[in-house]
Amino acid sequence: MNETEFSLLNILIAVIGGAIRVGTPFLFVSLGECLTERSGRINLGLEGTLMMGAMTGYGASYLSGSPWLGVMAAGMTGVILGGVHALLCQQQKVNDIAVGIALMLLGTGLAFFLGKPLIQPTAAHLPSLHLGSWSDSPVIQAALDINVLFVIGVLLAPAMAWFFRYSRWGLYVRTVGESADAARAMGLNVNRVRMYSTMAGGFLAGVGGSFLSLYYPGGWSEGLSSGQGLMAVALVIFARWNPVYCLYASLLFGAAATLGPTLQSIGMTWGYYLFHAAPYVLTLIIMITTSSSTRLLSGMPGQLSNVK
Amino acid sequence: MMRSFEPIVIPIAALLVSLLMFGIFITAAGADALGVFESMYRGAFGTWFSWQNTLVRAAPLMLTALCTALPARIGLIIIGGEGAVVVGGMTAALTGIVLTHASPIVVLTAMAFMGMTTGGLWIAAISALRHYRGVNETISSLLLNYIAIAIMNFLVFGPLRDPETLNKPSTYHIGEANMLTEMGSTSIHWGFGLGVIACVALWVLMRHTPFGFAVDIAGGNVRAAKLSGLPVTRLMIITSLLAGAAAGLAGMIEVAAVHGRANSSLNANYGYEGILVAFIARHNPLAIIPVAILFGGIRASSGLLQRDHDLPDASSLVLQGIIFIVILASETLYGRFSWLRAKEKTA
Repeated sequence: MNETEFSLLNILIAVIGGAIRVGTPFLFVSLGECLTERSGRINLGLEGTLMMGAMTGYGASYLSGSPWLGVMAAGMTGVILGGVHALLCQQQKVNDIAVGIALMLLGTGLAFFLGKPLIQPTAAHLPSLHLGSWSDSPVIQAALDINVLFVIGVLLAPAMAWFFRYSRWGLYVRTVGESADAARAMGLNVNRVRMYSTMAGGFLAGVGGSFLSLYYPGGWSEGLSSGQGLMAVALVIFARWNPVYCLYASLLFGAAATLGPTLQSIGMTWGYYLFHAAPYVLTLIIMITTSSSTRLLSGMPGQLSNVK
Repeated sequence: MMRSFEPIVIPIAALLVSLLMFGIFITAAGADALGVFESMYRGAFGTWFSWQNTLVRAAPLMLTALCTALPARIGLIIIGGEGAVVVGGMTAALTGIVLTHASPIVVLTAMAFMGMTTGGLWIAAISALRHYRGVNETISSLLLNYIAIAIMNFLVFGPLRDPETLNKPSTYHIGEANMLTEMGSTSIHWGFGLGVIACVALWVLMRHTPFGFAVDIAGGNVRAAKLSGLPVTRLMIITSLLAGAAAGLAGMIEVAAVHGRANSSLNANYGYEGILVAFIARHNPLAIIPVAILFGGIRASSGLLQRDHDLPDASSLVLQGIIFIVILASETLYGRFSWLRAKEKTA
């Protein structure tokens, strides 16, 4: 009796640890998307940014030996892709959703093409904090190895909320996102604010990508991302464009994605492939229950008529 | 009616610009660009043999392109073709397995019907969610792709697996007698014919019937369409049903003409390439035919590029990405070239 309770606790801790591990890329991508969407534009291309970030991050870490240089390289790749997105979207008659799909395709293709030589070598990985050392159980120790990027992300979420609410630039972003006309009347350059927001959002998504190759699952392979970049867009809607809610939502998604492997590890193998669908089904259910066809969503930037 | 050469000239110019950019890219990657283009042409359109390869690959592309093009006409950006191909192919295979001893014509008709129905309902559900719950159709259609693939993997690795398929788990075979045959003495299966028929039929529906006219009005301005009494909801659902049915038929064709079973070959990116084909064809069903043949050619030649030039298979993905970006960027050029229009007036 006592033993099963203990193993239940182990499962719980494994799921929490998994939620943090799997949720970290969600956290970075969703914070990046949150910033971009608050400026009134949707970037669906973050899936491509994620893959490019994973590839360049791994490559830079392999060549330089420093995983942090890898993270920076991944972020800069994201900045470039974000810049391309912004540049294209500010042309007349160009649809930001379609540009996002195109960048998703291009980013994935480029990452596969340029990443071919990176499949074999191993690069230096990111360090982690061993918070589980108090316990003798290897399960708990493994689960509580918290990666440094997650800690940074946890600090970044409230910082971004503060940025939106209290800083001058945060006000610019919000104004441009709420009403481009009002922003123009204030003398703001709408396209420039959106470009900076998309580039900064791309930076965060690239960093999220580097986490995939430099920490978990680790290594570079073509199957590294499977829609996390896109799920992050849905996650931002769920989080009501609030950075702190993005943190909670990322952990929830991470937990959903880690459910299948965890159940398999305790011998439940029946629906293994069905559990792969869990995070996507969860996203869909959340979108169905939280959206509405008649009223606007609370917290939605006014210029984002398309996301509804 | 004001006509213009822009929809023909601008996409062709954009394609040439993309080829140039791709050439620069692969030259930078150390390949011989001219040789690569030569191989691409040879592998795609150089001989009758490569033409047949190209047309076989164009068949599913035409149908998946319809899956994006039709909803786009009414203002929905749906990228769920991949999922509709998978569920359509899966149910078609199931139907074929159950009916395997019936006469081939019955089996094929039932397979096509089931594939088109499930594919149609799959996409119609997306636009119903959009209409009744306000769920963004682009995101939900993409999520459903992953869900469809997960369901298929569950079935082919589990309850429906033919134990004889070892390295690529698949369902049981639908029976050799029930396979879709080739057209005449060619090696092009009837899927190509079905694709062309679907494109032409839907072009007629979209361009020459009140239904298509109503769809275009609703796509242009929903409020105006509602005010003039058009049943916008019904138009949306029917358009999506047709779109999904096309993609479901693509899945059925892949099963009935190529593999004989449902397996992971169903999610071979036909759905995603179809999005690109639809955008280049500017969501015009008739224009989809030549564009799909072009992309079938890129697909058919990709093996040759890997063999002769040692390029990774992702190079065709890069080329597609570049084409997509340039095509979208070229959207901004429409209406800026008055001489393309003036020509038409004199003609």
